Amino acid sequence: MRLLKIVERILVMIPIVIGVAVIVFLFMRLMPGDPVDIMMGQGGAVSAGEAARLREEFNLDKPLRVQLGIFLSDLLRGDLGYSYIQKRPVVSLISERLPATIELALGALIVGLAVAVPVGIISAVKQNSWIDRLSMAGAFLGISMPGFWLGIVLLLLFSVSLNLLPVQGRLSQTVSLQNITGFYVLDSLLTGNWAALRSSLRHLVLPSITLGLPMAAVVARVLRSSMLETLRTDYVTLARAKGAPETGVVLRHALRNALIPTVTVVGLQVGVLLGGNMIVETVFGWPGLGRTVVESIFNRDFPLVQGAVMMYAFIFVLTNLIVDIIYTYLNPKIQM
Amino acid sequence: MEDVVPIKKVSMEDRLYNWRLRLNIWQGNLTDLLTQLWHHPLAMLGGIVLLAYVVLALLAPHITVYDPSRGNLRERLTPPVWEEGGTWDHPLGTDAQGRDLLTRILHGSRVSLAVGFLSVGISALIGTALGALCGFFGGWLDNIISRFADLLLSFPYLIFAIGMMAFLGPGFTNLVLALTFKSWVEFFRLVRGAMLSEKTQEYVEAARVSGQGALAIITQETLPNIIQSVFVLATLRMGFLIIMEASLSFLGLGLPARIPAWGSMVSAGRDYLLVAWWVSTLPGIAILVLVLAINLFGEGLRDILDPRLKVE
Repeated sequence: MRLLKIVERILVMIPIVIGVAVIVFLFMRLMPGDPVDIMMGQGGAVSAGEAARLREEFNLDKPLRVQLGIFLSDLLRGDLGYSYIQKRPVVSLISERLPATIELALGALIVGLAVAVPVGIISAVKQNSWIDRLSMAGAFLGISMPGFWLGIVLLLLFSVSLNLLPVQGRLSQTVSLQNITGFYVLDSLLTGNWAALRSSLRHLVLPSITLGLPMAAVVARVLRSSMLETLRTDYVTLARAKGAPETGVVLRHALRNALIPTVTVVGLQVGVLLGGNMIVETVFGWPGLGRTVVESIFNRDFPLVQGAVMMYAFIFVLTNLIVDIIYTYLNPKIQM
Repeated sequence: MEDVVPIKKVSMEDRLYNWRLRLNIWQGNLTDLLTQLWHHPLAMLGGIVLLAYVVLALLAPHITVYDPSRGNLRERLTPPVWEEGGTWDHPLGTDAQGRDLLTRILHGSRVSLAVGFLSVGISALIGTALGALCGFFGGWLDNIISRFADLLLSFPYLIFAIGMMAFLGPGFTNLVLALTFKSWVEFFRLVRGAMLSEKTQEYVEAARVSGQGALAIITQETLPNIIQSVFVLATLRMGFLIIMEASLSFLGLGLPARIPAWGSMVSAGRDYLLVAWWVSTLPGIAILVLVLAINLFGEGLRDILDPRLKVE
């Protein structure tokens, strides 16, 4: 039954992904500027015949409808096009950069949840205490703060003033690491390379905090309010009356149900995380997909921008699917 | 609706009386709102700070003596007055091109506020109009627009805006367009949902029976009950949109570089973090304080006007 619902969800995803693809394609083609000119550079020292040959090669001479058809069928086969600037397929460029981005997003997710869950629970249990007020003031500050600024302040504090953590990149230049999965933390664990593990974790700290804290602020606020709600329910009172230990009541009875709305918010925050990614990767020189997008915008490398934006949208839709699945397992009342 | 027969034509006098009544109610509501705001110190604080920003932004060219885009290279990277080497000539110091930072921050507020107000205003207008129509009439138009809204929601906000700015190129109109293109959806969903529940209320039925047309019912009967939530949402979204604008400027995808915007100022200061911390940090504080003020005001407004939206 559940499996069937999940399959149904996946089927619903397909038109969304196609719709996203069509929108991205239209933006791409309707913008001014001839891709062939861009490809050849601003010099324009190309013979007319050569330009026509390139136009034919990339199907730019065909009508828009046909181009869209070609684009979509390529997409189905996992072909996201060809970067004119880097002279390589977009898919291989993206798959090269994606692990860095996912590693950072996971780091941020861990930081975000590690901060938000305890803060949310404690603030709700000790409602209106100084610790509650302080954390909620902090959370309010967190939702009002631009992420790039937080990153720069952290850089100033921990890297420039205190000289504790590295400024840029994923790994120190003095450390070498065999690339297996592209996830540096995982790779250094697999090869037992402790120097690399230390270095990659140290590089991960500030970007993860920068990306994770604003998310923690949102999640902590939601968790607190839904905890306050569940703590007032009859079944919690009953559990207390039964003489169940308070920790058990809070964690098992109240938290479990309070997690239901929280999971939805975490899912939506993944989208914020992906967007913030571009900013944080720019601030910390993180060689991931986000920085690639920003760089290729300035290089006018539109196939790469197009592919990466598609990739982001795809990841977002996918995470929301995963969130939906977690949601049903948390809340048996909802059969999706 | 053929079974509904208009009982009597509404005369001009009735209409005027109606509007006078409405005006009285609005006046009363406004006084109530101000009294309640007065008793909500945090919302008051937010409101006052926001107002101060607006005034400073409007008066920016008259407050400072410097040109925001012209600097004196001999005075480059002068520290703020409280640091060693700072002078009152440049209270917040200067940037790498010797431009007065206070002047640039004041001028930057014009960009942030203009983009914030405009994109929130347009989004609220479009979202409310479409939401009201779709919620009231339903049908195929509702179907199409709702699907389109769902589609837009499957893009993460900033990625969508970055993608649009990449294709449109920098510029004020493009910036507002890129921010509005997705943010109307929030208003659409709010108003559409509210309209769906309002239209089943008895007063709508009564208005119908008394012969009012659909448009009159929407604009005069139901929307006044929904508009408060729209205001609350608009305030809460504005802070978010200002951060989005700053983020785009930070990436160099906002306005052309010659116009001082807070995001691009933070970005420009990154190259001088080691020697001049103020160039990056101070414009960021300007954003933080403004967004904080807007959010405080918005949450206060929500507590007063629309406690149902409250999460706590």
